[in-house]
Amino acid sequence: MNVLDLIGSAVSNTFRSKTRTVLTVLAIFVGAFTLTLTNGLGTGINAYVDDTVTSIGASDVMTVTTASEDSDPMGGTDSEPTEYDPDTVASAVGGVPGQTVVALTPEDLGTLADVEGVLDVQATKPISPDYIQHGDGTQYVVGVGSLVTGQTIQLAAGSEPDDTSDELQLVLPVTYVEPLGFADDTAAVGETVSISITDAERTQHTIDAEIVGVAEEGLASPTGASIVPNEALTSELFSTQNIGVPTDEQERYAQASIWFSPDATDQDVTDLKAALADAGYTGTTVDDQLGAITTVIDAIVLVLNAFAVIALLAASFGIVNTLYMSVQERTREIGLMKAMGTGSGKVFGLFSLEAVFIGFLGSAIGAGLAMLVGTAISSNLSGALLSDLPGLTLIAFDPASIAVIVLIVMAIAFLAGTLPAARAARADPVTSLRYE
Amino acid sequence: MDTPIISARNVRKSYGRGPNRFDALKGVDFDIHEGESVAILGKSGSGKSTLMHVLALLDAPTSGSVELQGVDTHTLKGRRLNRTRNRTFGFVFQQFFLTANSSVLENVILPMKIAGVGRRERKRRGLAALEQLELADKARNKAVDLSGGQKQRSVIARALVNNPRIIFADEPTGNLDTTTGGVVEDILFGLNRENGITLIVVTHDEELAARCDRRIVIRDGMLVEDSKLVTA
Ligand SMILES: Nc1ncnc2c1ncn2[C@@H]1O[C@H](COP(=O)(O)OP(=O)(O)OP(=O)(O)O)[C@@H](O)[C@H]1O
Ligand SMILES: [Mg+2]
Repeated sequence: MNVLDLIGSAVSNTFRSKTRTVLTVLAIFVGAFTLTLTNGLGTGINAYVDDTVTSIGASDVMTVTTASEDSDPMGGTDSEPTEYDPDTVASAVGGVPGQTVVALTPEDLGTLADVEGVLDVQATKPISPDYIQHGDGTQYVVGVGSLVTGQTIQLAAGSEPDDTSDELQLVLPVTYVEPLGFADDTAAVGETVSISITDAERTQHTIDAEIVGVAEEGLASPTGASIVPNEALTSELFSTQNIGVPTDEQERYAQASIWFSPDATDQDVTDLKAALADAGYTGTTVDDQLGAITTVIDAIVLVLNAFAVIALLAASFGIVNTLYMSVQERTREIGLMKAMGTGSGKVFGLFSLEAVFIGFLGSAIGAGLAMLVGTAISSNLSGALLSDLPGLTLIAFDPASIAVIVLIVMAIAFLAGTLPAARAARADPVTSLRYE
Repeated sequence: MDTPIISARNVRKSYGRGPNRFDALKGVDFDIHEGESVAILGKSGSGKSTLMHVLALLDAPTSGSVELQGVDTHTLKGRRLNRTRNRTFGFVFQQFFLTANSSVLENVILPMKIAGVGRRERKRRGLAALEQLELADKARNKAVDLSGGQKQRSVIARALVNNPRIIFADEPTGNLDTTTGGVVEDILFGLNRENGITLIVVTHDEELAARCDRRIVIRDGMLVEDSKLVTA
């Protein structure tokens, strides 16, 4: 019997008892359907996170902090109390609130500029205003995000802040538009808001600035729900905040940004991190920061996948059962085929191919339908529930992982089929022919 | 005289072990030459089917040997054994063993499918065999829908489609009425006469046995009569 005939026979045998095959296929279908959807969820969200890396842009920028002894990136997991260090500042920008880092001084910035591969260094100025207010309206707490060159904001209206201008400008997050009393995004552009900030002597100052744009809020937007000031406003806020701070302490920064060559390879980036580490600093790229998000998403998807795999395992017992019944029913046929000179290997192949085919049917239909349903769900959601996250396709599919799912299900089906197939292969022709 | 196509040498076959041991064949000797038609007769349970299975290499004898054209079949294993069975033998069993929901043609070409004959050639030879048994118009029907006689004729078509040298038939007319049985017999003996196919028929039926060149009678696992030895 040649391979094509073997496959052909296996396929037509599958349809011999249709009800049983349909039920088994259905069981596998459920597993494959779930697996495809959960996988699609992972693919969709991770693709979105990846895309945001590009919108955060600045793939040639690294955030640098001083490497403190307990430089646990998540901070605070250490149960030992940390000794007080007068050079320590609370990191206001990025990181976990309350996480402390050793401040960077102008000397540090100089050292950083000398590290090989570093093109430019810019300290991140931490600014914590008290509130934002439009006219006599309600005062709202607000954060200040800093935007380094190369980063872009997804604008809902207006334009990006102009760093070359002497005017005090800012971009307002879209969520602040209505609370501050503006009719809509476009109406806010060109209006003036007041930002209140307290200096070291506990005196509150109010600074007026013009809204030049309204920013869309992304999942991993570079600034979160923060205003993005231009260079002029940043300096104004920073110096106001530092009134009363001794000069030698003014130039303390929690972190700095360094630029490296835009066409640096992964290896170059690794080397640069090593060089920074040698100099006593920790460098983190945007990719690194998002890597944490991706890891969490992957872990969740893994758990969901585990459920789908359990469903598949249950389904594989269905295959075992179906094929045992099939072998039982076809005892005489198997005996006859063997009497006519079919080798045991071929008989084994016939039945395990049948199992693989059932697996293929279940997984192909399951994956196909999951793709249809998933696409429908995510296009519906992105119009409604997820409209605040433009660009997010909740459930996305990539052909390679769909193919992998189908192959895995077929492999599981094959394994399930080996038991009954081995029984069929062992059957003795005479006994089978005597079987009533 | 030329080498016999099959020779049984002191063939014994036992089932079970210890106190449950049952000797179905207790030392059987005979030669069958190419082109002969042989009837194996005996009461129910005397060991006829057992003998046929051993001769057709479906079962190995417990002791003694079966030679196929002078070759001890002990030496045939695995793939060679399967090939020999596929090329040399055609089977007509007491039950039809047709796959009920497949077409008659599908059933008939099974031995060629096993042999690895190409699709087109299979179909051609399958239809020719059905033609020979006047079943060409039933080729597309499901096997389950045939009458008993038609089923038995399909089984014979299946037995001869691969041009075997020996056809083993176990009670080929057991399930049929006298007239249909007669037709099936005519076909088998026609094949024997015209194509020189060796025919080994297991039967209760004295009339069928009388049409054979030779009769071998088994009783309790022993050969008690061989017409060839008597006449020789
Ligand atoms: N697998 C087996 N285990 C034990 N005994 C067996 C086995 N197969 C056959 N026998 C016994 O061997 C004896 C011969 O059986 P066999 O089938 O050859 O009889 P038979 O002559 O063909 O009878 P019938 O005309 O009824 O078909 C019987 O007594 C049967 O019970
Ligand atoms: Mg019998």
